[in-house]
Amino acid sequence: MVAAKCSGCDKVTFPPRYACPACGGIDFKDETLGIGKMLSWTTIHASPEGFEAPYTVALIKYENGVVLPGLVVGDMARLEVGSTVKPVLRRLSENSGGLLIYGVKFEII
Amino acid sequence: MVDVAVVGVGQTAFGELWEKSLRNLGVEAFTAALKDAGVDRAAVQALYVGNMAAGYMSSQEHLASLFADHCGLMPKPVVRCEAACASGSLALRQAWLSIKSGAYDIVAVLGAEKMTDVTASTAVAGLMAAGDAEWEGAIGLTFAGLYALMARAHMHAFGTTREQMALVSVNNHKNAMKNPYAQFHSAITVEDVLNAAPIAEPLGLLDCSPLSDGAACVILASDKVAKRFAKPVWVLGSGQGSASLGIAARASLTEMPSTHAAVADVWKQTGLHNKDVGILEVHDCFSINEIIALEDLGFCPKGAGGKFVENGGITISGEIPTNTAGGLKGIGHPVGASGVRQIIDVARQLRGDAVNQLNDVKRGLCLNVGGVGGTAIVHALGVERK
Repeated sequence: MVAAKCSGCDKVTFPPRYACPACGGIDFKDETLGIGKMLSWTTIHASPEGFEAPYTVALIKYENGVVLPGLVVGDMARLEVGSTVKPVLRRLSENSGGLLIYGVKFEII
Repeated sequence: MVDVAVVGVGQTAFGELWEKSLRNLGVEAFTAALKDAGVDRAAVQALYVGNMAAGYMSSQEHLASLFADHCGLMPKPVVRCEAACASGSLALRQAWLSIKSGAYDIVAVLGAEKMTDVTASTAVAGLMAAGDAEWEGAIGLTFAGLYALMARAHMHAFGTTREQMALVSVNNHKNAMKNPYAQFHSAITVEDVLNAAPIAEPLGLLDCSPLSDGAACVILASDKVAKRFAKPVWVLGSGQGSASLGIAARASLTEMPSTHAAVADVWKQTGLHNKDVGILEVHDCFSINEIIALEDLGFCPKGAGGKFVENGGITISGEIPTNTAGGLKGIGHPVGASGVRQIIDVARQLRGDAVNQLNDVKRGLCLNVGGVGGTAIVHALGVERK
């Protein structure tokens, strides 16, 4: 999970954009995202095509200012605003051709 | 400076309309609006269409040609506008701008959506096109999920309760009871809302507006021409704001900067403020959004929306009667139609032929939101031209 830190104004963006949303700069340094905190979450029961409910999606906040949405795994009973989570590689879905799609989920620690 | 008035309104019933296609719905609403205005289609110089997802739901794009054809307007120009759930208001705003530019005197605005030709899970997936397809849709977030994230944040920051959110749905259902166009004619209680099936916690089925079919149309006229019509309702101002597509990029999960920008523009254009508004239509796609709207529009302080609702502020007899015809929750939410339907319901109140008619209401405000606030459009309407 690699965010982009603007060389001009130090703003960190994830997902990385072509230009810095704060200053418009186009030069970035990599910044790895590790442990983050739960900002808000929801357990979805009415799922869209391709997803099997129930599952929990959260907004995870990092100290560098990055907020990103992600699926949550682990002991849901421990979920509260401020809970710590770490990114883990997990299977996200299977496409119509049978290809397994992997991505990042967040494990409650 | 040209002023613009609403001189005719018409809509279909909203609901699961199995026997009506997108084109049937559009033509029905357009015909009803022409009849209400007392004009022939030959007088209409252009048509603006608000629709979000006809391509996904009906495999139909090129709505400009579709409605020019089926509404009998060929070879006049037609423009399709899209801003997710704010498509209807966007069409209205663009039509308003076109009349103000001097290009036209009479323009029709049609909002239409057909959502029930696909399964619910397909529709739910399609609606995520209003959010960030790559980062939110791709991980299984839904619209209810996005608003649930905002609801939980609002509850955490301000102590807003599920009961307060439920009161929004209760009030909207109550208001819809007498609305012949509404999808629901059922009174619900706070208990009903709390016990309803979970959709995206903390939101349950009755916190969520339904999937609906429907169309709504208004005829707009310049002041030069408006004097020919019986009861013009003036569009006093129009404002539009934008914000990030994805909710993660927002500075706050409990407000919509797009709404702030849109309403600030309307107050600036009109010289009006909250106290001048007698009736409100807001975008209750989910119960929490009515609370957030009241705060963002300045009808109560930030964070006080839940209490405001609890104290009856939004009821017919309250401080600012809101969604008096039933809102999105009670009437239904055919996405592209809702923005136009809001305008119609305020216009009906101002000209005196509304359900739940208020006494002596002079000015109304409409807020139509796209996505989780990626777009927000506000219109002010009034009985008097200024």
